[in-house]
Amino acid sequence: MAAAQAAPPAAAPAGPNHGLRIFIPWLVTAVIADVVIWFVWGPHLPPGSMSSAAANQQSDIKVMAVMAAPVMLFVLVYFGYALIVWRHREGDEEDGPPLHGNTRVQVSWITISSVIVLSLFVFGFVELMAANGAGAGEGPSPIWKPGGRPLQVQVIAQQWRFTYRYPQFGGFETTELMLPAGQWVEFHVTSLDVIHSFWAYQLGVKADANPGVDNIAYTKPQHTGQVTVRCAELCGLWHGAMFDYGHVLGQAQFSSWATTTQAQLATVTSQLPPYATTYDPTNIKKLGKVLGQLGITGTGGGYYPPQDPVQP
Amino acid sequence: MSIEIEPGQAHGSGSGQLAPARPARPWWRRPAIHTALVGAVIGYIVGHWLGNFLGSDYQQLPLSDSSDMPIVVGYLLAVVGWLAGLGVFSDLLRQMAGRPVPAEDALLDLGMARYFRYSLDHKVVGLQYLVGMIIYFCTAGLFAMAIRTELLSPTQHIFSSSAYVEIVGEHGTMMMMLMTSVILGPFGNYLVPIMIGSKRVAFPRIEALSFWLTPCAFLILLSGLLLGGFPFGWTGYAPLSIQSTYGADSYAIAFGLMGISIILAGFNIIVTVICYRAPGMRWSRLPMFVWSMLATSFLMVLAAPVLVGGMYMIITDRTVQTAFFSDQLGGSGYLYQNLFWFFGHPEVYILALPGFGIVSEILPVFCRKPLFGYKTAAAGMIGVTLLSFFVWQHHLFDSGINPDMRPLFMLTTELISIPTGFIYLVAMGTLWKAKIRLEVPMLFTLGMYFNFLIGGISGVFLSDVPADTTEHGSFFVMAHFHYTIMGGLIFAFMAGVYYWLPKMMGIRLNQTLGKLQFWTMFVFFNATFLPLFAVGMAGQPRRVFEYARNLQTVNDWVSISAFCLGGSILIFVINFVWSTVIARVREEGNPWRSRGLEWQTASPPPPGNFAHVPVVLAGPYEYGTKDAPPVADLNPPVGVVSNAYADLATTGAEA
Repeated sequence: MAAAQAAPPAAAPAGPNHGLRIFIPWLVTAVIADVVIWFVWGPHLPPGSMSSAAANQQSDIKVMAVMAAPVMLFVLVYFGYALIVWRHREGDEEDGPPLHGNTRVQVSWITISSVIVLSLFVFGFVELMAANGAGAGEGPSPIWKPGGRPLQVQVIAQQWRFTYRYPQFGGFETTELMLPAGQWVEFHVTSLDVIHSFWAYQLGVKADANPGVDNIAYTKPQHTGQVTVRCAELCGLWHGAMFDYGHVLGQAQFSSWATTTQAQLATVTSQLPPYATTYDPTNIKKLGKVLGQLGITGTGGGYYPPQDPVQP
Repeated sequence: MSIEIEPGQAHGSGSGQLAPARPARPWWRRPAIHTALVGAVIGYIVGHWLGNFLGSDYQQLPLSDSSDMPIVVGYLLAVVGWLAGLGVFSDLLRQMAGRPVPAEDALLDLGMARYFRYSLDHKVVGLQYLVGMIIYFCTAGLFAMAIRTELLSPTQHIFSSSAYVEIVGEHGTMMMMLMTSVILGPFGNYLVPIMIGSKRVAFPRIEALSFWLTPCAFLILLSGLLLGGFPFGWTGYAPLSIQSTYGADSYAIAFGLMGISIILAGFNIIVTVICYRAPGMRWSRLPMFVWSMLATSFLMVLAAPVLVGGMYMIITDRTVQTAFFSDQLGGSGYLYQNLFWFFGHPEVYILALPGFGIVSEILPVFCRKPLFGYKTAAAGMIGVTLLSFFVWQHHLFDSGINPDMRPLFMLTTELISIPTGFIYLVAMGTLWKAKIRLEVPMLFTLGMYFNFLIGGISGVFLSDVPADTTEHGSFFVMAHFHYTIMGGLIFAFMAGVYYWLPKMMGIRLNQTLGKLQFWTMFVFFNATFLPLFAVGMAGQPRRVFEYARNLQTVNDWVSISAFCLGGSILIFVINFVWSTVIARVREEGNPWRSRGLEWQTASPPPPGNFAHVPVVLAGPYEYGTKDAPPVADLNPPVGVVSNAYADLATTGAEA
């Protein structure tokens, strides 16, 4: 934002050139700040670059910070200058000059801020499309899909844990999140009870887990390592403790893990409900009877059993 | 209702029969807060019985005997009993029975007792709101202290998980629902009529009702703790809010009541500003604070009904087993998210715009310069008001709802920073070659501009979908809206208290304590919330009590700063109580040499605000113009005002 333009031209020729005296410190600090943000902070900004989505978010945050710093510094330098120079002096009871406005300043301000905002929008839109939704949940029918055949991983959230199903490996269900590096992953996030949010921090994936909704998010892990998974939507008492860890493995390591686990869990898998994009936990035969036998009267799903609501 | 024009006709208000003055009853037999409490208790007991009678068949949970009907009906009848005890319905019932109704003036009694009654004087309601809001703010602030205490350690727990989510929910809900009126309540109700040269507000009964619903909402929300609290924060996302135990009823009823309260308050301000301006108070002379109150009121009236509807649906889902938000039965959790945020996003501008109004009002006074770009400032507020209805789904970028609409909501959200930027353009133009006086209200004003700058710019980060994917639901969001609400709204509220309390109570707050409060509040506010941007970026979600061990140092820093921030609020409370109750330093006249119309009458203003309806001659910001006319003629020649109204009546044109 050009301070020279924002300075009202009404500056009296006899006085100091306030516009220039604001412009130069602003220019210096803004250049320093942008260089520091881009080259020093930039590579370390969250959420890192472990996956395509994370790298994309990191670059977005970097670009926005580079745009924001000069704007912020302009306001701060201006306010600081005003507070130092345009202070009331003891004994001076006169009012300030009666400036009611300045068309040029106002028009330039509106133009510059509109240009900044619209360019940020175009940038954000392009980044969203180019990165296949940038790791955010895109609902059941995503518009921006990666090519090829991604690995499908279903994330089932419930109070207060995540479990994962791998439909391309017989649909086994496990509490371990394992992913291969270098391959697109298609997360199908759903919930059995209330709204949760699957946040794989290092992968740059965040998708709300809604009951009855298949929320799809894409990412491509780029190198191996540990991933923190947290619930990012308040989901009740133990929301604060709803986290686990996933791992990004090499391709070969992942294949052997998946095939081994598939074989190990085969009997369990045969007892599970068949793989589906969403599950209805209330649709379990004799649930009420089972719960009653177990003495469970709490909130473990299963509200509105078939006999309710009572019809008058 | 005839308009009171000349002093001789001042008692012509009201129509129909007027009751003769009744002999005063002893204080304990007159309706006031104590009879209201009795009424509320009776109402709750009757309601609880009635709820059991009506809803004994309705179970919220299978295999349990619990039903929410007695709680909900109990709360509702408690509200009715509270209002009946206050005497809200007395005159209505008298009119229905065809009995004479006392004139409004008869209710304008004097003395301390009127502050505990259903008073129809907008100045009394303003002060009731002021004290009420300070109490609500401090209560909710104590919950924040408790949250920060728990977050001192990532693993050691002071509270159980259920106590912790209760505290989080109470803090968030109390702040977000009750602070909607923190400026419109005290300053809007008290000052708007005076600033526009009116003797009264349009609907004094509605205004008083809007206040008296707030203690009700406050107490009902707090009573949720007795019922086990509610584990879903201030957003109340279904189906969690449907699944939760009784505490959720207190949330839904309290939030719904507060929604009704702000609708009523908004209606009153809108009609007052449009219809009760003094002759000569053109739209181009309206003080910026009145513009902001008008914009806020429109937001309240248009957004809050959606909230009330959402809360109503939660209540019916919980009691009579509708299934608006239950996916398995054809409802949708997304419906609630849409309803909530269609209210919720305008609401955050309900919380921001009054702050813009106060700082724009105060800045010219302490710069001794006219407001730069008056029309731009008003346009900024109107622009924010309009755009705020088109951004709500940016809260749902990751939810999977309408993914193809995300670019649109990204655009509208980023566009809203343009009118918000006008507020800064206006401030910077006003500061240009000003003669800045750093009195306490000006310090808070400058603090607000500093904080809101950080809050606003961090908001642009959140509008960008890829960046938002990291920041959504994390402490980054939490830091962002604390910068805009606490750093913006509450700093502006403090500026308003220090600036207008001499007007409202005729008492000057201690300025030394005020400066101490400002500096501690400013330093510790930033020390508390600035690191939280980094904490959120580092992956700490909101509302958790367990976090990564490597974030303990910064969380401890934040907690200790938060306690110090609480200390600075304590300085404010001490200053407020000391100055208004014990020291009582009189402040007559116009301490800030302001041109505002509200400063041209006595402090505190007499009943009716002005001896005569003033004729406004000039705008309020004509500083520095040597031959500027006075802002208003407080003693217009007889006939001028009535002629102006007569012209208005015949031509329908602006006076």
